[in-house]
Amino acid sequence: MRWKRFLSVLKARDREFVRDRSALAWNIIFPLLIIFGFAYAFTGDQLDQYKVGVIHQPEEDRISFYSTEYIHFIDISELEKTVAINKVKRHQLDMLLDMNKKRFWINDSSPAGYMLEKVLAGSGGENYQKQRVQGEQVRYVDWLIPGVLGMNMMFSALFGVGYVVVRYRKNGVLKRLKATPLSALEFLSAQVVSRLWLIMAITSAVFIGCYLLIGFSMVGSYLNLFLVYTLGAFSMICMGLIVAARVKSEEMAGGLLNMMSWPMMFLSGVWFSLEGLHPWVQKLALIFPLTHITQAARVIMLDGAGLLAILPNLAALLIMSIIFLLLGVLLFRWE
Amino acid sequence: MSSILQVKQLYKHFDRLKAVNGVSFEVDEGMCLGLLGPNGAGKTTTVEMLEAIKAPDRGSIQYRGMPLSEEFKNKAGIMFQSTALQDFITVRESLELFQRLYPKVSDLEQIIEDCALGDFLDQDTAKLSGGQRQRVLLAIALVNDPDIIFLDEPTTGLDPQARHNFWRLIHKIKQKNKTIVLTTHYMDEAYELCDKIIIMDHGEIIAEGSPRDLLSKHFNDVVIKLQRSDELDLKLVSLEGRGISEGITRHESWIEMQTSDVNQTVKQLLAAEISLSSLQIRERTLDDLFLELTGKDLRA
Repeated sequence: MRWKRFLSVLKARDREFVRDRSALAWNIIFPLLIIFGFAYAFTGDQLDQYKVGVIHQPEEDRISFYSTEYIHFIDISELEKTVAINKVKRHQLDMLLDMNKKRFWINDSSPAGYMLEKVLAGSGGENYQKQRVQGEQVRYVDWLIPGVLGMNMMFSALFGVGYVVVRYRKNGVLKRLKATPLSALEFLSAQVVSRLWLIMAITSAVFIGCYLLIGFSMVGSYLNLFLVYTLGAFSMICMGLIVAARVKSEEMAGGLLNMMSWPMMFLSGVWFSLEGLHPWVQKLALIFPLTHITQAARVIMLDGAGLLAILPNLAALLIMSIIFLLLGVLLFRWE
Repeated sequence: MSSILQVKQLYKHFDRLKAVNGVSFEVDEGMCLGLLGPNGAGKTTTVEMLEAIKAPDRGSIQYRGMPLSEEFKNKAGIMFQSTALQDFITVRESLELFQRLYPKVSDLEQIIEDCALGDFLDQDTAKLSGGQRQRVLLAIALVNDPDIIFLDEPTTGLDPQARHNFWRLIHKIKQKNKTIVLTTHYMDEAYELCDKIIIMDHGEIIAEGSPRDLLSKHFNDVVIKLQRSDELDLKLVSLEGRGISEGITRHESWIEMQTSDVNQTVKQLLAAEISLSSLQIRERTLDDLFLELTGKDLRA
């Protein structure tokens, strides 16, 4: 590998991207539009239904609290209890009830929790023990941002490498480069590195912009978050290399890239939690890099999770990166 | 002159298509070799094998007595038939990009001057005219100070002025003792630039030699041209029977008569009271040679 050749191709690719103002602007504006759109769409009084998680709720022992209108009761298993308590902390659940042990959890700072406590006391739950939890409310936008940043990376990585290299192949740029001493490894490395730093620069800009304009929860380490997004972007760029390896037409590349990105967009937990989905779908979602990026970034930003907690996600991203990279490089043809 | 490229029994088939079928020739150092042929004759495939872009199915190509290797890429300058450059980069940046890919390079300012790129050096390569673009692509082919330069139909699509400007550049390169392999559709271009031509059809060589030698070998006649009219058509029918010409070709507005004895033919025309006001006499050209050898118009 000759660094001079690698750096010149890298520089040319960077120039091409930075000077393409419409593409650059869209890469920044698109995630901002989504985040702002959803921040406003889910702000206000439209969610007037109370949410109560219930552990052990045998039909026969139901108190009259259950017949209260405008309360959405959600079954919670014993295993999900810790997660559910965390949700009460974040105001994602207004109350958690344990029927067996006659206990309930509410957040001290939640007006909805206060109201539900009063309703419970007057409808058969007067002898239930109160458990207090504390925590800031997690808005939908706080929950959404980690995934939307990952999704924007996905589009930029897949189309920025997959589509662009196919265009180079179609219009003869690759053939011209093949006639020089430049090796495939040097060319592909330059494409990967160029796209990686551009994605990280744009993601950082969007992150800072959103933080300053609407603010969001960022409890964990910035370094850990940077690590997750960098490895995530790298794995999805390598995924784009597979499409870039042989495809000759932009139409075919567009189809393949859409086939990769659409399932990831909807099944990686960017827009809604995967908890309610069929277990088979939840398992399937684990084959997508975006699922691991979203999961890891979300626990870092919302729960302050450390490196140990996100290790399975990092390991999955690393393995996927290696597989995609090997496939992309081995399958690559200049023409 | 020593031979810089030796090509022996080269074959390249694509499924049932015999694109190149047993081609052998040599290219001498410092010469300009022209590869001519109709579309699909196999000339671009041949050149791409010489450029080490495509691997032959069979046969050998030797550069200075050695098989083609990675090192050959440093010695060859290539201008493909159709090449795009990266978007959003200027002419100078494109030249610098390609220059950095080679270990040994030419003086960039000299190339810029030779190829007359000064006026649009800082212009986006996507915004160049056809002639400017071809000059940039030629300049890129020269950045590594190559010993041998491959030019695949470099003037196709250019207007006559741009073509003549391009020919001047190629003459300049020839003066530097560079070897050039040129494919072209234009016979006048081959005649102007090439020291030797190879005519290909159906993947095989059908003629090889210097343009003058090939013409004198195949023709010893000239062509008389007259403007076509109904009266001329009628009179020529009777004259054809009396052997006025070795061959008459009727075009839409012209009639061409091949003859090795101009005086005799003109006498016969005058005797038949045919007006000679539109008469033109021309020598045989490579177009005629091509038509005779392949039965096809080169640009068809």
